[in-house]
Amino acid sequence: MAPSTAVPEAGPERRKIETRLTRGDRLYRSLATAAAAVTLALIVLIGVFLLIRAMPALREAGWSFITVKEWRPDGQQPRFGVSAMLFGTFVTALVAMAVTFPVSVATAIFINEYAPRRIKQTLTSLIDLMAAIPSLIFAIWGLFFLIPLLLPIEQWAVDELGGSLPFMRAAAIGASLFNAGLVISLMTIPIATSIIREVLSQTPRHECEGALALGATRWGMIRTVVLPFGRGGIVGGSMLGLGRALGETLAATLILSVTFEIKPRVLENGGITVASAIAVQFKDAQTMGLSALMAAGLALFAVTFVINMLAALVVSRSRSGAGVEA
Amino acid sequence: MTTQPIAAPRPAPRRRTRTGAGADLAEFAGAAVTSFAITWLIFARLMPFTVQAVGFAVCWYGLFLLAYWLITRDGHGPVIAADRVMGVLITTGALAAVTPILGVIGYVIYKGAPVLRLNFFTETLAVTGPLSAATEGGAMHSIIGTLEQLGVATLISVPLGVLTAVYLNEVRGPLTRPTRLVADAMTALPSIVAGLFVYSILILQFGWGFSGFAGSLALAVLMLPTVTITAEQVLRVVPGGLREASLALGAPQWRTVLMVVLPTARAGLSTAVILGMARVVGETAPMILTAFGSSTLNANVFSGQQDDLPLFVYNQVSSSQDTQVQRAWAGALVLLALVLVLFVLARLLGRPRTARVRRPAPKPATEPAAKPRQERTPR
Repeated sequence: MAPSTAVPEAGPERRKIETRLTRGDRLYRSLATAAAAVTLALIVLIGVFLLIRAMPALREAGWSFITVKEWRPDGQQPRFGVSAMLFGTFVTALVAMAVTFPVSVATAIFINEYAPRRIKQTLTSLIDLMAAIPSLIFAIWGLFFLIPLLLPIEQWAVDELGGSLPFMRAAAIGASLFNAGLVISLMTIPIATSIIREVLSQTPRHECEGALALGATRWGMIRTVVLPFGRGGIVGGSMLGLGRALGETLAATLILSVTFEIKPRVLENGGITVASAIAVQFKDAQTMGLSALMAAGLALFAVTFVINMLAALVVSRSRSGAGVEA
Repeated sequence: MTTQPIAAPRPAPRRRTRTGAGADLAEFAGAAVTSFAITWLIFARLMPFTVQAVGFAVCWYGLFLLAYWLITRDGHGPVIAADRVMGVLITTGALAAVTPILGVIGYVIYKGAPVLRLNFFTETLAVTGPLSAATEGGAMHSIIGTLEQLGVATLISVPLGVLTAVYLNEVRGPLTRPTRLVADAMTALPSIVAGLFVYSILILQFGWGFSGFAGSLALAVLMLPTVTITAEQVLRVVPGGLREASLALGAPQWRTVLMVVLPTARAGLSTAVILGMARVVGETAPMILTAFGSSTLNANVFSGQQDDLPLFVYNQVSSSQDTQVQRAWAGALVLLALVLVLFVLARLLGRPRTARVRRPAPKPATEPAAKPRQERTPR
């Protein structure tokens, strides 16, 4: 840095370069800046407006908003809280991630390392297509095809293991948090896969070949070179999937039978998530009910935004390859 | 090695670098047969299970992994065995990701095609009761609603998204980093939150009432980050030499962007737009809170409840009658076809992008090269 600035100063008289923008340029620059500012302001506006609308409910409920399970906001003695919803949201997201994580890492590795070149492109397109298919269609497919297919196995698990493991017990199965999470995983797999694949594909080829030349098997090469390289991308991609899983509405709305309770028996019917509660309760909600739903939406927005932000940070860092070059 | 005299040029037999594929295949098949036999033994003879296809398959798969590992470990040692078993596991994972997508497309066609008639596109549900046959009534009102809402959302979010992308890539300033981060984080904004936001601002604050336009606004919020990020990636590929040539010829920045950068990236920008459309066309959750849905035709996007295809499917699926559920599958098929068309369109437009953008890059930015290039870019 220093020598480059020193060189021009060595001359007798440093020429001043003035950058003056024309009026059109100033307009164009301010227009583009305004667009970016709108994008930024949008996220702030979302938070602010939800907060304004949520205030009556938050003031009414106070701290009980976090601890109470029931949802009776409209009535003489309103009593409502998000604990049951939050529990359902996290259970479904956990189930979804338990499926998404291994499947998407395996798919990303398969596309990058195992698939023949011709299939590679097709697979990548298929995953992109999967991300474009509306969640509604996955939800009805899950409801009418996937869950009936899995019912016998779940019934067997409940019959055989329900006696010894309390969380496997269930009175009726099918419309459970577990199944909702399973269907949600269909929507998170493509997101996580495409990001993980992109990051893993930037693994330096010469290091892979070095590992192979030293006698590593293909799996040995993946374990010692590809996975350590892509750790950031794997974490970030999974977190983006998690953010999507937390906010997914349709699958939970269509599959769950609504009950506002905290139910550790994940295979049993009933449960609620934040997003599905908003969708289900919206039509019947009165003033306080609406405000309470806004508060629930605000909670969802805050949680997903923080997670997505962290994920975006992790991914952008691993994409630029910082910390790997060493 | 060096002391050895150079022998007669006897052509060395070409060395085969592949290990015997036949033996590998035999190991694979052997493990499959072994595990099948054991599974059959367990299910049919030892345990009082009723034989179910899914349980049988799971058991077979587990035993296969064990058998395959044992066989390869016996033949090649633990390192190779781990490699083989992980290969099987990774392939299974990829199959697990790809099977649902094919399954969904196939199942929607299988369920939807028998119900889909021409009148699905020309009638509404105005006179269709719960007991009508599945082939009666149609979704014309929903299809019109979807197209209108999608159009308005595109009109709002595309200029905004492209301008933001221009800011991120061409103007650059203090907002660049936060905007990029927020746009990244907004891609996974829960769609229902977008719906709540529009509901709170447009319907509660301004008292507009439910309308297709409210739905479009929610869609625009969801579409914006996709358009911005994709457009920014496209603009980044535009070679800097083009920009510099234009500036060196004396063009102001806005003309450079408008006449050189954006036209060069045109194909990629169309892809960005269409990807954004494909992302939001199937959004249902925000529409429940904004457009609300109806069973009659409302062609005015700016006032009154309006239906769209996702709402149509959602409402029909939520009802109890079998005929309505069947009608929902027809709606799902139309929706899926719409998404597929958009997706294929985005791919087709996106493909020449790389060829067209990369072509000028290797040419040196010299004086004579500038002329033909300038002719090409506005085309």
